[in-house]
Amino acid sequence: MEITSPSFKKNVHKALRDEQLQQAMRHVRSNFIQKRAAAADALPEFEALRDNARDIKNHVLENLDLYLERFESKVTENGGHVHWAATASDARGMVLDICRRVNAKSVTKGKSMISEEMELNGFLEKYGITPVETDLGEYIIQLRGEHPSHIIAPSVHVTMNQVRDDFRKAHTHLPKDRPMDEPESLLKEARAILRQKFMEADVGITGANFLIAETGTSIIVTNEGNGDLTQSLPRVHIVLASLEKVVPTLEDMSQIMRVLARSATGQEMSVYTTLSTGPRRASDPDGPDEYHVILLDNGRSNMLGTEFQDMLRCIRCGACLNHCPVYHAIGGHAYGWVYPGPMGSVLSPALAGIEKTANLPNASTFCGRCEEVCPMRIPLPKMLRHWREKEFEKHLTPPAQRRNLKLWAWFAKRPGLYRTGSRVAMRMLSLMGGSKKRLRKLPFAGAWTEDRDLPAPEGGSFVSQWNAGRRT
Amino acid sequence: MADEIGSRDAILSRIRSQAATKPQAERMADVEARISSHKRGILPAGPRSLIKRVERFTQKAEAAQSTVAQVSPPKLAKAVSEWLREHNLPAEIRIGQDPRLSPLKKSGAKLMTVNSGKADPADITGVSFAECGIAESGTIAMLSGKANPTTLNFVPENHITIVNESDILSHYEELWPRLRRRFGRGKMPRTVNFITGPSRSADIEQTLILGAHGPVRHHIIIVKGA
Ligand code: SF4
Repeated sequence: MEITSPSFKKNVHKALRDEQLQQAMRHVRSNFIQKRAAAADALPEFEALRDNARDIKNHVLENLDLYLERFESKVTENGGHVHWAATASDARGMVLDICRRVNAKSVTKGKSMISEEMELNGFLEKYGITPVETDLGEYIIQLRGEHPSHIIAPSVHVTMNQVRDDFRKAHTHLPKDRPMDEPESLLKEARAILRQKFMEADVGITGANFLIAETGTSIIVTNEGNGDLTQSLPRVHIVLASLEKVVPTLEDMSQIMRVLARSATGQEMSVYTTLSTGPRRASDPDGPDEYHVILLDNGRSNMLGTEFQDMLRCIRCGACLNHCPVYHAIGGHAYGWVYPGPMGSVLSPALAGIEKTANLPNASTFCGRCEEVCPMRIPLPKMLRHWREKEFEKHLTPPAQRRNLKLWAWFAKRPGLYRTGSRVAMRMLSLMGGSKKRLRKLPFAGAWTEDRDLPAPEGGSFVSQWNAGRRT
Repeated sequence: MADEIGSRDAILSRIRSQAATKPQAERMADVEARISSHKRGILPAGPRSLIKRVERFTQKAEAAQSTVAQVSPPKLAKAVSEWLREHNLPAEIRIGQDPRLSPLKKSGAKLMTVNSGKADPADITGVSFAECGIAESGTIAMLSGKANPTTLNFVPENHITIVNESDILSHYEELWPRLRRRFGRGKMPRTVNFITGPSRSADIEQTLILGAHGPVRHHIIIVKGA
């Protein structure tokens, strides 16, 4: 995907004026936050599980080479293949080679952010292979020629009316006067069309939420069941995974699984959690004949041993997006690359280069909500600060902002003051919002709040509310 | 194509030089110990007795929009055919070769058409026997193989899963030792499916709708005393 992060400010202006987008984003604010809070509250062990999930991933990252080697040998033992891709373009080539060898015409795809990173769809099309996104949200944005605006809800920026228009345009073989006024009828229509595609596909490509070193297993977590049809009907199953997805054992996966769905959608468990190990066995009546795992590095190994290592704990739950006032205001596309929201503002500079993404670490109010809800306890604000400092060192920042940032950095570097400071900042933002609780301008953020009011933080930071016993 | 061996070794050595904080031998011992210990971590508190466990399982499965029934072993086939009738579905099912499903073939034959094998796109209802149920989230676990083909879990619009009462476990972590005993350490069937409710999507304006690509209905039959 072409990176538009360099024109972040322009993107933001556009997003804030986009009525359809603003209407669609309302659903994010109202839905995700409350559901996650209810799910977290209902599990007394939730906080302890978060600690444990963090510790598991920290241990993995310190021994990532060994766990990947074990994973590889187990996949091979089970008759599967592991391919190591240093770059996105290597990974694309590997997918193409497999597709060509089996003479694939059509490829179904489960949801995968790695595939976005690889720009796989456009690439396959160039070689005459038709990629079909099967997750409903991904299908919608594929029809629209767009990219996901959210890592778990890719079409969250699209309204129902827009979906209806897209379906009318794309599904021309269906009667013009068919009922299309309810989300149910649109879903049914997509289901029927994609059923056919599932049956025709030669290759199924999925992502992976986890890889298990102990058994050589890859895991996908979905609600629609599209990933399962994608991987169980075609002859070939290709898994796209980034290096850091590996965990030691089935038990470790179970621990992290408990915080994943709760943080993502507020479900206790997603509908389908599927563990796949190798190709079908001799006596199996169904399942793929070939099983490939493409392990993508694409800059991740360079994050190890740096101040950004903790980011590799991320399980792509989307909670930090769902709780981010900036994301709520501008949606995902304005960030200009594959990964939006707080996690994207940390990850994108590492993967795509800080030169092109220098604006992203500034797309934050430093309200701290992202860190407070991150199931893997990733210190997102601290890492955004690291990027700001790097950007500052490289003199990528205009002079006016440089003064503010110096002040801010002095303050943020002193851990004792940091908490008090964010509380003060919260209060300041809240006061500036006035009784309408909307903000017109953010300190340090410059032009990008000129267009539209932002919701002002209410009632102090999450941490202070937590401490005060108001567990929202 | 890129030189795969070359990039493999380059990636691994980059990881080694950047991430490792301890000597190699010590790390290898740590990793070995970690994998073979199967450490369980934190298990959410849950009911201990079987009766309470089944209660919790039922409550959680219903919260995830599955329906749940309990029957005694001789009534299994009748329970399946009645459920089909209640939902105005054709009296026809697809099953695998699991011997625990044989009552459906025998006494069921008078009540409905019973097809065997993997799913066909025309199938309307699939019936499978679950490896186990998991009480903490109302989840059922299915294993691939000719006993219960994986496609039956996803292709038909309706999925009935049968589970023995005594196979209702409290946590996911209780399934893993069972699989290690049956398949060997470090070994797995091709597919393990955890299923919690019928398929759904909220991709259109965050409105939750049941029946996305997988089953629209998911019915669980618990076999009492089995
Ligand atoms: S950074 Fe944390 S909250 Fe954000 S997607 Fe990753 S795991 Fe989820």
